[in-house]
Amino acid sequence: MRRRAFPALLAVALAVALGFLTLPVLAIFLDTGPGRLLASLGEPSALDALWLSLRTTAASMAIILLLGTPAAYALATRAFRGRDVVTTLVELPLVLPPAVAGIGLLAALGPRGLLGGTLDALGIGLALQTAGVVVAITFVASPFYVRQAQAAFAALDPTWLDASRTLGAGEARTFLRVAVPAALPGLAAGTALALGRALGEFGATLMFAGSFQGITQTVPLAIYARFATDFPAALALSAVLVAVSAAILLSVKLVTRQGLPGVAGP
Amino acid sequence: MRRLALALLVLLALAGCGDGDESGQPGGAGGSQRLVVSAAASLTDAFEQYARDFAGAQVRMSFAGSDELAAQIRQGVRPDVFAAANTKLPDQLAREGLVDRPVQFASNELVIAVPAREPGVRALDDLARRGVTLAIGAESVPVGSYTREVLGRLPAGERRAILANVRSNEPDVKGVVGKLTQGAVDAGFVYRSDVRATDGALRAIALPADLRPKVAYGVAVVKGAKNPHAARRFIAGLREGAGARALRAAGFGPPLQ
Repeated sequence: MRRRAFPALLAVALAVALGFLTLPVLAIFLDTGPGRLLASLGEPSALDALWLSLRTTAASMAIILLLGTPAAYALATRAFRGRDVVTTLVELPLVLPPAVAGIGLLAALGPRGLLGGTLDALGIGLALQTAGVVVAITFVASPFYVRQAQAAFAALDPTWLDASRTLGAGEARTFLRVAVPAALPGLAAGTALALGRALGEFGATLMFAGSFQGITQTVPLAIYARFATDFPAALALSAVLVAVSAAILLSVKLVTRQGLPGVAGP
Repeated sequence: MRRLALALLVLLALAGCGDGDESGQPGGAGGSQRLVVSAAASLTDAFEQYARDFAGAQVRMSFAGSDELAAQIRQGVRPDVFAAANTKLPDQLAREGLVDRPVQFASNELVIAVPAREPGVRALDDLARRGVTLAIGAESVPVGSYTREVLGRLPAGERRAILANVRSNEPDVKGVVGKLTQGAVDAGFVYRSDVRATDGALRAIALPADLRPKVAYGVAVVKGAKNPHAARRFIAGLREGAGARALRAAGFGPPLQ
């Protein structure tokens, strides 16, 4: 009896977890007929929101990958005093509630914030602008990437990096041609997490950048705006977001399985 | 393994015991009953004060745009009381059989709000000037629909110019207030009570008398409420008593009927 009880408990736990996690996602697709869902997607406000989310998330991911990859590499491979503190600081936005992130961004970069005057003098407007959306989602999503990337770089066999240096490759080349390709599965996982987080950000965007169709109203904000008056429309946008997120997840997995051409695998 | 099973059984038994009475928690004039109130964001200060003075039940409140609260009720959420910044939403819910007959309990004034020390905007006409930035409520939230009602009474050119200056459609009035106090916009349409609540950070500019919309707040007991008795007392207190006093102190006017 004892031997069968534990596997049974495991199965129950898994079933409950699976049900709990998948039911809300399934309900999005099952609650309203597909005709209604498709019709509401054609509305200009929906299209604007989708296009805006795409642009801002793409810009945000570009920044995160360009800045975050070398930063993670530095954190993983260079030992320096206070490294743990720096790592914790970089990861901090991960555990910040989005509303706190919004307040923080306002306090730092808002019109009355610490750098508000400087930004104004430079002619950079962030609040209520598309650029502000990019700033907000980059802030909340980057720790997701940096953390994964750092772990991936740290897990690399250091002898490969040494071998590369011994063979005459400079630090930059070692980074680009050896470290990054070898760490790719971890980098891809981090990218998927950061992308999902960036696409879904709501609170910080609303507080820092506002909500205006075509300029700052991303898909999550559009869903919120519609949920009160047009629930099927909110469902439709949600369904699109679920589908896009799933597609991103799948394509990232595919890329990492195929690897990059021109690089010897492990 | 036996211990684990025993522990799980005990937990299940405890969970199956049903709701115990929530007794004597801090906050509120006490009482072991709980009253759940969904209220428009603009009622925040007034209702929080009223909740402190409300005897015989502990009041739990949820503040958001009235349209969002109505949507929650349509989706099956059952607070005891629904208080909205218009009468349209409670009337709609009553027609749909979701709340009892609504009554009016307060009125308010839609004003233009500007940061206190900014001299730029002085009147409605200034909002049409190029370069002025505005935040207003979204279409479906009461403050947003009152705003559009006012703009609808203006000549088409002025209305277009003002709408072109809008930079954010906020989901509730506190969002508009937030954008104003951060200095993100030059002006916004909020209620006079909201300007009062900022304690001097914002200044109110009255609208011309012929453009002012009738802002009437409606409240109703939700059908299926767990505590309809306390809900009715709560509503009665809004029209006469501690609730009415809290509303006046916050800058609300008496009900229009």
